[in-house]
Amino acid sequence: MKFSDEFEARFTEMLTHYPTRRSALVPTLLYAQDEVGNLSDEVIAELAQRLDLTELEVRNVISYYSMLTTKPRGKYNVQVCTNIACMLRGGEELLGHCKKKLGIGHKGTTPDGLFSLEEVECIGACSWAPAAQVNYDFHENLTSAKMDQILDEYKKKGTQ
Amino acid sequence: MATLVSHPDEARVISKRFGQGATDIERYLQLDGYKAVQKALAMQPDDIINEVKNSGLRGRGGAGFSTGMKWSFVPKQSAKPKYVLCNGDESEPGTCKDRLIFEHDPHGVIEGAMIAALAVGSHTAYIYIRGEYRYLSVIMQKAIKDAYAKGFLGKNIFGSGYDLDVYWHGGAGAYEVGEESALMESLEGKRGIPRIRPPFPAVVGLWGGPTVINNAETLAAVPHIILGGADWYAKLGTPKNGGTRMFCLAGHLNKPGVYELPMGYNLKKMIYEVGGGIPNGRSLKAVVPGGSSTPILLPEEIDIPMDFDSVAKAGSMLGSGGVVVLDDTTCIVKFALRTIKFYQHESCGWCIPCREGTDWLKKTLTRFHAGAGVTKDIDNIYYLAENMLGKTFCPLGDAAAMPTMAFVKKFRKEFEDHLDGKPCPFEKTGTAVPVMA
Repeated sequence: MKFSDEFEARFTEMLTHYPTRRSALVPTLLYAQDEVGNLSDEVIAELAQRLDLTELEVRNVISYYSMLTTKPRGKYNVQVCTNIACMLRGGEELLGHCKKKLGIGHKGTTPDGLFSLEEVECIGACSWAPAAQVNYDFHENLTSAKMDQILDEYKKKGTQ
Repeated sequence: MATLVSHPDEARVISKRFGQGATDIERYLQLDGYKAVQKALAMQPDDIINEVKNSGLRGRGGAGFSTGMKWSFVPKQSAKPKYVLCNGDESEPGTCKDRLIFEHDPHGVIEGAMIAALAVGSHTAYIYIRGEYRYLSVIMQKAIKDAYAKGFLGKNIFGSGYDLDVYWHGGAGAYEVGEESALMESLEGKRGIPRIRPPFPAVVGLWGGPTVINNAETLAAVPHIILGGADWYAKLGTPKNGGTRMFCLAGHLNKPGVYELPMGYNLKKMIYEVGGGIPNGRSLKAVVPGGSSTPILLPEEIDIPMDFDSVAKAGSMLGSGGVVVLDDTTCIVKFALRTIKFYQHESCGWCIPCREGTDWLKKTLTRFHAGAGVTKDIDNIYYLAENMLGKTFCPLGDAAAMPTMAFVKKFRKEFEDHLDGKPCPFEKTGTAVPVMA
């Protein structure tokens, strides 16, 4: 299967960092997911073969890490933190707002495949709460109005 | 990306280069960068360890163990390669300090890891960054590449004859991986299941080799100690608690933010002066002093110095530096439920007391908060937590148990107020409008 040149260069280099091939697995899974959208059967088979692992071993690792998914997500994965620091500053209300605005629930995806939504645990933005991540981008000190604006911008970007 | 704040009481050591463009290696060099590691190269390994021991530097991940002492446990001779592992899997709720360190001073972490490697005779260091911090991985990868290009890393560093490689590594979302043995499992490409100890990582760690594991903030402090001296660093703090601490002020405060304050800074002052006090004219209800796993403190318990020993004496822990402030509109039952929901989600299921305990606590607290609680539940919640404490391979079980016990002990009345089908008296917890636009 084909990954980008950047992926291949990083992968080849990473293998030189460790005494065992398996050690490259966790970051490689995440980078592969970023390119393909999810860890499909094909990706799992490919990485298992490359790292001398069984597919079951790869699946076992995938199921442990919350960022890894075998199911496709929307183009923009909206991750709203509701952990204590965010909760105290309106994180749950923000999540509720996103559910309403996007018309989907926790781990749901919009029919156009543009957005998915997730309630996540602490993302390390406690002093700038409430916060959310859209894919890897942090958005902090949020209000419902600010969130609307952010989602609209992604929508514009995604439908262009 | 994250907003920087400042306060006159700050003592900037680790955050000295924040906002100064120090991700750029040339700028870092102008700001005394890579001087400490060159000084360390001219020192005997034992002298480096003693300097760090004497500085009173204690692990900033939360446990507060003496860093120099930890380094001294690594055997001098080892058939297997020795490793240094920087723990940047920051995920304790309330904590967002390592993020700023990686964002503003990645070379500081690299340099700290290099000095640790010299001290224990290791030739390979890894910097593990949590998966959510992708932009920081990008910053770190560039910083490492630049350091190699300068000849600071790789073969014969600074012409010393010493070979030293530093690599980055990324996670993919798991709180438990912040625990040292789970961190090693994750780096080895496995599920982050904790290892039984002994043997401790200093003897048998990564791929079976002796391994030193330090938090990113701990390592970032090391170059400053080597350059400024152990005495200078120790005197910044309180006895046996050297230096400064990155405190992440969060929750109901007028000026939340990450502030670097001297170790031992008064908690009350931290809340009312540095953090600007409680917004909206509300009053203080309680404080979580060191991340979600640390037992909650009442307003009458916060006139204390924020160092490891003083907070322990007050019945809690300094932890990871996440100070979460709750005003009087907060429902403690709801807060306890959210805390436990987190630990239930993050429990790996390896140890039965933690797996079952967090799950039962979540179920009980959910029902309790919804108004279907019975008197017996209150003691059961305490009992469940008590029976997780100290009975698991890794401290995740303790991290869930300790705050839960404190919630029941200190706020029993509030639990009772939820009984008999009464609606939660604090209906508005968590739905407060953010105080900062």
